[in-house]
Amino acid sequence: MNRFLIPLGVFALLAVVLVIGIFHSPDKGIIVSPLLGKPAPTFALPALLEEQRTVSTQELKGRWYLLNVWGTWCGECRAEHEMLLKVKQSGTVPLIGMDWKDDDVQARAWLVQLGNPYETVVVDRDGRAAIDWGVYGAPETFLVNPAGIIVYKHVGALTDEVWTREILPRLTGAAVKS
Amino acid sequence: MLPELGHFALILALLLAALQAFFGIAGPAFARERWTRAVTPALAGQAVMVVTAVVCLANAFIGNDFSVQYVAHNSNTALPLFYRVTALWGAHEGSLLLWILLLSLWSVAVAIRSTSLPPNFAARVLGVLGVVSFGFLLFTLATSNPFVRLDPPWPDGQDLNPILQDPGLAVHPPILYTGYVGFAVAFAFACAAMLEGRLDQAWARWTRPWTTVAWAFLTCGIALGSFWAYYELGWGGFWFWDPVENASFMPWLVGTALVHSLAVTDKRGLFKSWTLLLAILAFSLSMLGTFLVRSGVLVSVHSFAADPSRGMFILVFLILMIGGALSLYAWRAPLLRSSAGFELGARESFLLFNNVLLVIAAATVLAGTLAPLISDALKLGTVSVGPPYFNPTFMLSMLPLTALLSVGIHANWKRGRLKDKQRTLLLSLVAAAVLGVGLSFGVYTGGHVLTPVGETLGLWIVIASLVDPIDRWRRGLSLSRAIVGMTIAHLGLATAVIGLTTVQSFTVERDVALSPGEVTQVGSYQLRFEGVKPIEGPNYSGVGGTFLVTRNGAPVAVLTPQKRQFWVQRQVTSETAITFTRGNNLLLALGDDLGAGRWSVRVQIRPLVSLVWLAALIMAIGGAVAASDRRYQAAKVPVPAPTSAVPGQA
Amino acid sequence: MRRRAQLAIGAACAVLWALSASGLDTTVLADPALQARYVALTHELRCMQCQNESIADSPVDLAADLRNQVREQLLAGKSDEQIRNWMSARYGEFILFRPRYSWRNAWLWGAPGALLLLGALICWRIVRTRTTLLAQDPDLPEEDLRS
Repeated sequence: MNRFLIPLGVFALLAVVLVIGIFHSPDKGIIVSPLLGKPAPTFALPALLEEQRTVSTQELKGRWYLLNVWGTWCGECRAEHEMLLKVKQSGTVPLIGMDWKDDDVQARAWLVQLGNPYETVVVDRDGRAAIDWGVYGAPETFLVNPAGIIVYKHVGALTDEVWTREILPRLTGAAVKS
Repeated sequence: MLPELGHFALILALLLAALQAFFGIAGPAFARERWTRAVTPALAGQAVMVVTAVVCLANAFIGNDFSVQYVAHNSNTALPLFYRVTALWGAHEGSLLLWILLLSLWSVAVAIRSTSLPPNFAARVLGVLGVVSFGFLLFTLATSNPFVRLDPPWPDGQDLNPILQDPGLAVHPPILYTGYVGFAVAFAFACAAMLEGRLDQAWARWTRPWTTVAWAFLTCGIALGSFWAYYELGWGGFWFWDPVENASFMPWLVGTALVHSLAVTDKRGLFKSWTLLLAILAFSLSMLGTFLVRSGVLVSVHSFAADPSRGMFILVFLILMIGGALSLYAWRAPLLRSSAGFELGARESFLLFNNVLLVIAAATVLAGTLAPLISDALKLGTVSVGPPYFNPTFMLSMLPLTALLSVGIHANWKRGRLKDKQRTLLLSLVAAAVLGVGLSFGVYTGGHVLTPVGETLGLWIVIASLVDPIDRWRRGLSLSRAIVGMTIAHLGLATAVIGLTTVQSFTVERDVALSPGEVTQVGSYQLRFEGVKPIEGPNYSGVGGTFLVTRNGAPVAVLTPQKRQFWVQRQVTSETAITFTRGNNLLLALGDDLGAGRWSVRVQIRPLVSLVWLAALIMAIGGAVAASDRRYQAAKVPVPAPTSAVPGQA
Repeated sequence: MRRRAQLAIGAACAVLWALSASGLDTTVLADPALQARYVALTHELRCMQCQNESIADSPVDLAADLRNQVREQLLAGKSDEQIRNWMSARYGEFILFRPRYSWRNAWLWGAPGALLLLGALICWRIVRTRTTLLAQDPDLPEEDLRS
């Protein structure tokens, strides 16, 4: 064999890697969460809107829910708020809000002003719970099944596309099965 | 009106580049002399059109024409004029235009100097350059047109990213791109040789100065980027093995190997296929770099707004261009055999080892940079690669290289005759070791077990490089520019080794909280915080701190780090205060306002870090001197390089 | 939408990067050995928001929170490996700047050594060919050039 073909061969391999890279690249920057398929991390955090109440992941077990991490300081969260209200209206799955590294007063005012799509909102003031969930940039949304397993995570504002393409099928698929 | 003219000029440039490429390659291939002679006019037209386009865009920036989308996204009426001009290459579309401009200018330079080249060969070189120009112009017009209009025009612009509002932007991209693009010339020379089916020592002699000059520019460009990051970003880092940094470093490593391989081909007609391959490789890595920073496949803080569709275009271009060149290589390289021989201890051997080590270094950096992609493609999951990988693996190839350098420059061509030099080499090594150990333990505290090794290797290069030239000079013998240039460049490398070893081993870094009037001790310096006061600039406002630095009671400097908030983008940047004293760089950056006048501050003492950038300058000067050697002012008819019995003739 | 968010975060980080001075930690652990481990670890962990920064240098809140975690776990007596595992269990391998020493990464860590071996082999073959050719070469002393 002509050994001068080796560079071309190596380049061909490299090109394959790069082509695959391009096709996967919409997923890049979104780190695949290591928590997918694992039990949701537990927390027991104070509720934002109810005095003296602590919400724990225990009481959330047994049903589907969406955990949405947000903050009043976050521009994208503002952008996705419409979508969240739509989700609430559809009544398909409850939204649990996690107010991340935020100011309680501002958070309450925000919900009053823009509408409250959440069944409950927990407050993570020091960010520990968020770290346990592997949160690195609000907004992030987790879909958790009745067994308490995280089945899907979306980083960034929730959109119609993500809802119909990723979340609904997982919800309805399970509904059909069970 | 002018933006449309600019757009039209680019379209014309595209057509002319196509003609340039066609005539340049088909003319000699089909022996059509008229086509061959049409290459230079086509190139001239293309260059004029490109310059026109650039002038139109510059005009839009200077005149604050916010009907042009690119201007609206990257400029603002409050932006000082200097930055309005440099903003031209501040983002993707404009930086591409800069690439194209520099490619045209290099091509014109080659055309002007090509009177001493055989016409067919020169036409082929320009033809290949035309292919590259065509690809980039097509890419620009199809996906990244800088002349897109906004309707209605914006009343004012989004302003240039505050980090880019810095003199660094004026120099770093143009010089860096000049280097990047310069390797296209070596590539074109290589392709022309392959198309002709002939590669001889004359070819190497023609190619050398172009390659060396491109290399010198790339050296400076990389150093400027590093220096800019250093003083602008404030955490004292100057190299992060970021994908974009690696994208410029890999061509540099291979380019260095190319420069050395060309020397062997020139002198002894050896390593021809290696030289060809390196020329293709250097430019391929330039192109790969362009792809990586604009396609979004890799995470990098430097990347331009990433876009997979743009990435796809560049990738296809890359595959066609490099696949084509490597196919040519597979076809033609088998013909390039030489029957010359050399000993194990000969200069050729050392240059072989040098090139192999450089290519291995580049391959290692490539592996680390592409690791996330490779791991993903092989379904091995995710992997993330940073300095903890690159630093040790890079040193693995560089340590032997720096050691071999000191020995290799004393080796003769063909028969090394190192036995004659044994004593000199041993003495120089001992001297270097004494100085190196002295530097490692006598001057600074702290350090790493490899510190004396690094210092010794660097100092050995200095001594070993100077022995012969000084000896020659003392005996009144002439020193060709090639030798002088080579010596200077090697001294530059030694400077880098010493600087890097020192700064990596002996840096001191501390974060402290200070109230006004408080004094803190860092290293051998005392810092007294005098407080902050408000400051105002042309398009920003903020606070400036004042610090008095003393050493053993003697005043050293007054440092004034700042934090600036830009009005338009409303973002805050930190301006580090840096002073240079007794070989150390002292850096001071303001942190947070802790209340009641108390501020957190980062202090760093970095010894001999300036040597790193000085080294790049020295290496570039060496390259420039070597490239200006009389040998390269070639006669019209190329003659095989004579072997000369007169010592001192390069 | 997602890409816009990425761009926004990226742009913010690019500018905040210059602000990295306010990633400052003025607290120092009492035990110098622990402080040294703290500095080393925080330089090896990636800030997940400003992804080209270590949590030691990144100015964002998340980095500060993660640094606190490192500090707390060091004080609690955890080993470096345990802390890295803790971080990557939540954020994936991406948070580590140093690739793991595992079979999955064997190709990466093995590459430099393998390349050096390959290079040595190539050098040996070439030198052997050329020394043989030299033996057959007519001896022309004037070809011995010094430079």
